[in-house]
Amino acid sequence: MDVTVAVHKEGLLADVDAGRKPVTIPGLGRALRAEEMVINMGPQHPSTHGVLRLELIVDGEIVVDVIPHIGYLHRCFEKHCEHMSNYQQVVPYVDRLDYVAAMSNEFGYAIAVEKLLKIQVPERVEHIRVIMAEFSRIVSHLIAIGTYGLDMGAFTPFLYCMRDREHILDIIEETCGARLLYNYMWVGGLSHDVKPNFQEKTRAFCKYFRPKIAELNELLSYNKIFIERTAGVGILPPEVAINYGASGPVLRGSGVKWDLRKNDPYSIYNRFAFEIPVGKGIKGEVGDCWDRYMVRVHEMEQSVNIIEQAVEQLPAGDVQSAIPKRIRPEAGEVYVRTETPKGELGFYVVSDGTQSPYRVKVRPPCFVNLSAVPAICRGSMIADVVAILGSIDIVLGEIDR
Amino acid sequence: MKDFLLNLLQNEILVYSMMAIVPLVWVIPFALFAVWWERKISAHMQDRLGPMRTGWHGATQTIADILKLIMKEDIIPAAADSKLFKLAPYVVFGGAYAAYAVVPFSAAYVGSEINVGLFYFISISSVVVVGLLMAGWASNNKWSLYGALRSAAQIVSYEIPVALAILAVVMVVGTFDLQGINQAQSGMFWHWFVFQKFPFLFFALIIYFTASLAEVNRTPFDIPEAESELVGGYHTEYGGMRFALLFLSEYSNMFAVSAIATTLFLGGWNSPFGNFLSGPWWGVFWFLSKGMAFIFVQMWLRWTLPRLRVDQLMYVGWKVLIPFSFVLILGVGVWMLAVQ
Repeated sequence: MDVTVAVHKEGLLADVDAGRKPVTIPGLGRALRAEEMVINMGPQHPSTHGVLRLELIVDGEIVVDVIPHIGYLHRCFEKHCEHMSNYQQVVPYVDRLDYVAAMSNEFGYAIAVEKLLKIQVPERVEHIRVIMAEFSRIVSHLIAIGTYGLDMGAFTPFLYCMRDREHILDIIEETCGARLLYNYMWVGGLSHDVKPNFQEKTRAFCKYFRPKIAELNELLSYNKIFIERTAGVGILPPEVAINYGASGPVLRGSGVKWDLRKNDPYSIYNRFAFEIPVGKGIKGEVGDCWDRYMVRVHEMEQSVNIIEQAVEQLPAGDVQSAIPKRIRPEAGEVYVRTETPKGELGFYVVSDGTQSPYRVKVRPPCFVNLSAVPAICRGSMIADVVAILGSIDIVLGEIDR
Repeated sequence: MKDFLLNLLQNEILVYSMMAIVPLVWVIPFALFAVWWERKISAHMQDRLGPMRTGWHGATQTIADILKLIMKEDIIPAAADSKLFKLAPYVVFGGAYAAYAVVPFSAAYVGSEINVGLFYFISISSVVVVGLLMAGWASNNKWSLYGALRSAAQIVSYEIPVALAILAVVMVVGTFDLQGINQAQSGMFWHWFVFQKFPFLFFALIIYFTASLAEVNRTPFDIPEAESELVGGYHTEYGGMRFALLFLSEYSNMFAVSAIATTLFLGGWNSPFGNFLSGPWWGVFWFLSKGMAFIFVQMWLRWTLPRLRVDQLMYVGWKVLIPFSFVLILGVGVWMLAVQ
């Protein structure tokens, strides 16, 4: 949308009239014009998905600029890791990065340390990890879709998503006793083996869940008002998405077919048949909010496919046989990237030969994706900022760390 | 009812005060019930139970809520314009309640039998806007200001399709008096205006109902208080009893527009079966049941649909509803000329 802002004298009228020098807004690089207003969205705003603060420069309902402020949830994760007495102790903290998809974070960290240790985990562990990571993906996408509905003013889909999420959490709870922060994927293995009825329950879930996606589409995705609100809004062109380093559904929503599970396969993902959904601009333009949203819906279907295949092939074995008695990698470094629900999660782990990591650096997908928000938001309306932010699907636990 | 009371009490002031209080006897229990009902409806639509702890299926939940709100500290933000801030809820409720003066609850009761009742209703419902603007401005909060300005723009815009849809009925019946409109629909249910001049008045009902949703800030037009955008809209800074009063006026407004829809299109207090189950008290029953049916549809929509954006709202109002209501009026006019 092209915004033409009538050029008034620089600075607020009151300031100019009183002979004061107009105050330059940091981040905007100039003083406010007479018709502009600064308004804080967050950190206690219902739609910033956590403690994010967006400083909006608005001209009436139109947003002139957006300046995100982060750091309200900073917990010194990376520094903390260096002071753990061993590598294993980092895992519970990794859970708290993207707390709605904790399994995916553990997966990346476990692979990184195993690569540093040069150990191979048993087949059964690999399969269970993939199933759990895909469960996490569905859970994360359900929350993303549900809260996106809330952002658009539709309450009911959120509760439907939470209901379906509950089925997955039940299976995970039965396996490892936790519902949100699991500490499940240990270095070299898993904390618990799955229960005997795991395969049966997972199959039942897959059978139950497919029709629920169709129901969700009927209720929300193809709702006329929802399409009006999201299609053609917040368009992120593919070049811009790549320039900003966006990944995950945000990048794929812009039509770029990039998924690390296919493009740089880790674990045993290359054994499964699944599609990579991309945004096609069916309802509006490629890379709009609806595309980003729809990529998540389709990804849930593909995750169900992967889970079904993995459950069928689940081999027998001991899930703790490869857990090292003492984790002491040789001095060296490793960078491992995995495809989490939010995008490319990278772990850069440096070992100095002692029992605790010398450095753990996280490349968080949400942080990178969030950086594209001001570029998309300029010139949109306040309601669109909510739509755009929701379609990016951020988790502040990962951005602030 | 007025004449009866005048004969009985021989005191005009007392009688008029009593007449004025009658709708309150309905509005307050209605609000208590509707808040609980809405929570139950939303819960059952969303696979939940809703309030269950206070009384049978949480029946006294709203009373508990009111008690909580009464006991809360009365907070007026330091930077707020405290006089306007205090006054605004009363203006909003006053405007909402004043509309009940012409609502015909039964053949025997209407607060004020003025012959331009519909005009009065259309104009008095705009008073609410003044209160909302006061609330939004006095709060000294930018989100509240947004909410207030949005609601002013919205209510003023949607008043036009509401008035035009009402006009279509007025053309058919030839009076602005709500009791007269009710009497014109007596008989079996196919005498109701929604089935008359088919399909023109049916579409008039659709237009009226859609526009009235916007007038009372219900989803999909709840833009003034869009909590995911504007936090709480004009009542962001309100708490305690003041908030409860704003809430009460919202619900009483919901019923007021439903009552007008009932009167105009669904026969008001007329029984659907002619003289069967008919009479002053049955009239009250039919009137309230039909009104509650509209309330249910409002709630049903709220828990199903997303919210429009503010520019789309204006688009729907000015470019869809208004042209269609003009076509409607033209259609009804041509029909009536042709019949004559």
